[in-house]
Amino acid sequence: MLILTCPYCGVDADETELTPGGEAHLTRHGPGSSDDDFHDYLFARDNPRGVHFERWRHTYGCGKWFHAARSTDTLEVFGTYPAQTTEPPKDICDKISGERPGWSWRIFG
Amino acid sequence: MSEAVSSLQSAEFEGLARVAEAGLQGMITLRGDLGARAVRAAVKAAFGVDVPDVNNVASAGHMGVCWMSPDELLLLCPHGEAEAKVAELGTALAKQHHLAVNVSDARAMFQVKGSGGREVLGKLCPLDFAPGKFEPGQIRRTRMAQVPAAVWMDGVDTFRVVCFRSMARYVFGALKAAADPASGVGVY
Ligand SMILES: [Zn+2]
Repeated sequence: MLILTCPYCGVDADETELTPGGEAHLTRHGPGSSDDDFHDYLFARDNPRGVHFERWRHTYGCGKWFHAARSTDTLEVFGTYPAQTTEPPKDICDKISGERPGWSWRIFG
Repeated sequence: MSEAVSSLQSAEFEGLARVAEAGLQGMITLRGDLGARAVRAAVKAAFGVDVPDVNNVASAGHMGVCWMSPDELLLLCPHGEAEAKVAELGTALAKQHHLAVNVSDARAMFQVKGSGGREVLGKLCPLDFAPGKFEPGQIRRTRMAQVPAAVWMDGVDTFRVVCFRSMARYVFGALKAAADPASGVGVY
């Protein structure tokens, strides 16, 4: 069972209060982009074993979208943070570095 | 004008706790910048209560203000006053980006009363209802069995539950099953 702290209302929300929103920090390729970029934006997703950054929505609670950094193999949650950002906050990256030296995720790490 | 009736017309069930549909209740959804002085002043003027902190409710008499999200409040008043309160908010917030809607007849409210109330709700929601963890003044929007609901306490052993009106019969059924006299587990 996964419990994530919603950064907006501060509650420790059970997984059943939440809706998963898939991979975080995607760059949106829309009108005017190349076919390859648009294809990858729509369909290509990372599915790492280990450190992952995801979008979640506190659907049954305050209704807000947020981000979570967690491990897909141990289910450890490194932290959650608001959606209004294009990259993970430094304190969460530092925490991951302390526990998983050498980690990387797309352009981060 | 048509005669307003609540969804289950005050249906009741007596078990581990007394479950009752609360009848007609005025409810207004207000969305906007809750930190804006104009919004806080308008709520205070119309409902006599300050905008509460995150995950809290504030009430005075028949008036109440529930924190629902960083930009949403649920305002409580007598059913017959809801339209006038919406108009009052609209006037006070004419120059402020906001949304105020009378949702009284789109929601249902229940009261769960008695010493078994914590257990009844604990069976249905993924929350810790232990004394000290959930107390009067706090509110949580959460999942009740399979539907969304808001839960708060307005007394030592009195819970309020608000859900969508279309789900009222489902919620009443879930509360009745959780309050079945033979189903006590004595956790709280
Ligand atoms: Zn939340």
